[in-house]
Amino acid sequence: MTHDCAIEADGLRKRYGQTTVLDGLDLRVSRASVMALLGPNGAGKTTAVRLLTTLTTPDGGRATVAGHDVVADPASVRRAISLTGQYAALDELQTGSENLRMIGGLAGLSARAARARAAELLERFDLVAAGGRRVGTYSGGMRRRLDLAASLVRPVEVLFLDEPTTGLDPRSRIRMWELVAELRAGGTTVLLTTQHLEEADRLADRITVIDAGRVVAEGTATELKRRAADHRLELIATSPDAYMQLATLAGELAVAADPAALRLGVACDGGAAAVRGRLDELDPERTLIDRFELVGASLDDVFLDLTAKPTPTGEPSDD
Amino acid sequence: MTEIHRTLTDLQILIVRALRLSLRNVDGLITALMLPPMLMFVFVYFFGGAIHTGGRYIDFVVPGVLLVCVGFGAGTTAVSVANDLSGAIVDRLRSMDVRGESLIAGHVVASVVRNLVSAALAVTIAFAIGYHSHADAAHWLAAVALLTLFVLAISWFAAAIGILVRSPEAAQGITFVVSFLPYPSSAFVPVSTMPSWLRPFAANQPVSQVVDAIRALLAGGSGAGGVGSTAWHSIAWSAGILVVSVVLAGTLFARRSG
Repeated sequence: MTHDCAIEADGLRKRYGQTTVLDGLDLRVSRASVMALLGPNGAGKTTAVRLLTTLTTPDGGRATVAGHDVVADPASVRRAISLTGQYAALDELQTGSENLRMIGGLAGLSARAARARAAELLERFDLVAAGGRRVGTYSGGMRRRLDLAASLVRPVEVLFLDEPTTGLDPRSRIRMWELVAELRAGGTTVLLTTQHLEEADRLADRITVIDAGRVVAEGTATELKRRAADHRLELIATSPDAYMQLATLAGELAVAADPAALRLGVACDGGAAAVRGRLDELDPERTLIDRFELVGASLDDVFLDLTAKPTPTGEPSDD
Repeated sequence: MTEIHRTLTDLQILIVRALRLSLRNVDGLITALMLPPMLMFVFVYFFGGAIHTGGRYIDFVVPGVLLVCVGFGAGTTAVSVANDLSGAIVDRLRSMDVRGESLIAGHVVASVVRNLVSAALAVTIAFAIGYHSHADAAHWLAAVALLTLFVLAISWFAAAIGILVRSPEAAQGITFVVSFLPYPSSAFVPVSTMPSWLRPFAANQPVSQVVDAIRALLAGGSGAGGVGSTAWHSIAWSAGILVVSVVLAGTLFARRSG
């Protein structure tokens, strides 16, 4: 076991009934870094977080968090971590300050220390004015900030954030990003899950892409982008029929599809010869392609490339 | 800090929380505060004139009204527990190494306090509208003790139901059964007036035991058959329900968390 790893997981497995949710997940997160667990809905992100935070036990594999085994020594893991789940773990009928003081007390602070810590956190998370109001009156962004504050009532080595910005408006999301960046600067290890590539790109030192319960790629945002085609050629078909023919011809080359707009993205390195070659290869009669655009690869391409089988002939599944 | 000290601190914090939530939960508060006077009026003034129990009906019915109040109060408890377990708060507490039992026990203690306040209100109103008791302090103390034990048992049972069902709505639905239990009992009419097939159940079910015991105590220990055996039956039922519910709640909680 290497001690520069805050989280280490090998071959984690979890089944619920007939459904395999995690199918041998491996994960390495260095101390004082931010790791984004990126994947579509149902990829197993939340289950991975639940296993690592000892809320549920794996059916196979092993994991250590902050150097403690999640199965053999869950109490030590719990003392070192904090979890901010997908849904705010707050009492709507208590005020922001009462919620924080309660969590402080449960974390072992005296009443006086809990009160002081609550005041400090309300200040840091721009909630001073709202601290005396019931959480039921809070906006989504305020709830998330209070929920994160509640996770930081006591010092933590590893912080888990499950989809920290889902459902937030852009301004609240940016504020949340700033807060995560501050935590990283302060030396906290953060594991966050997200479906948003922009978020992973912006917040994380490294990204682990998971799909159907296993890791499909791991690396920095730059490394992952390099793995996908440098460029993508977006073809706009002349008619729905032409689109279908193109999609069939392109087969595995297709990396993005938008049947409604008759747009099909195919892998391409961006050179003049390559573009000409692709166009000729897919449309020798010069009747199928109306226009084309050359697009630089984004993390979205990587994501689609790695997680979803492109469905160029049907509706892209958006779940 | 020792393990026991920590558990007690957690429990205290979670009891304060549950009491605070009780005070701010408008539905539950209305049930706890409005039900006692309403039921007292309904049974004494609306139905009482038509029911003959061989004495003043108000003196007969007070223990029954207490138990109906307690049954409704159990519904609130089941909903509170189901709410907590269907939300994210239970995950946060577990990830902080707070014992799940402390969370449940917090709700149970708040439930006992709420229901005893409700019962005290019912008794106060009863006296205001003409209730007479021949009980001395020792009888009152014993009656309060029996009622408290029953409330504790029913609160744990409600908590177990709250853990068992997934949704607060379902929790409310199931505890309806508890609210209904005082009707086929000796709470409102003598069991001897019921059809013969119903009597064995009505006479022996837990609510009848508790009602008979409290009624005998509040009558000053006289009552039909005296206090003795019904009091012991009442204690046995309450203790039995309590033990089964605590074990059930613990098992269900552990299973849910798997």
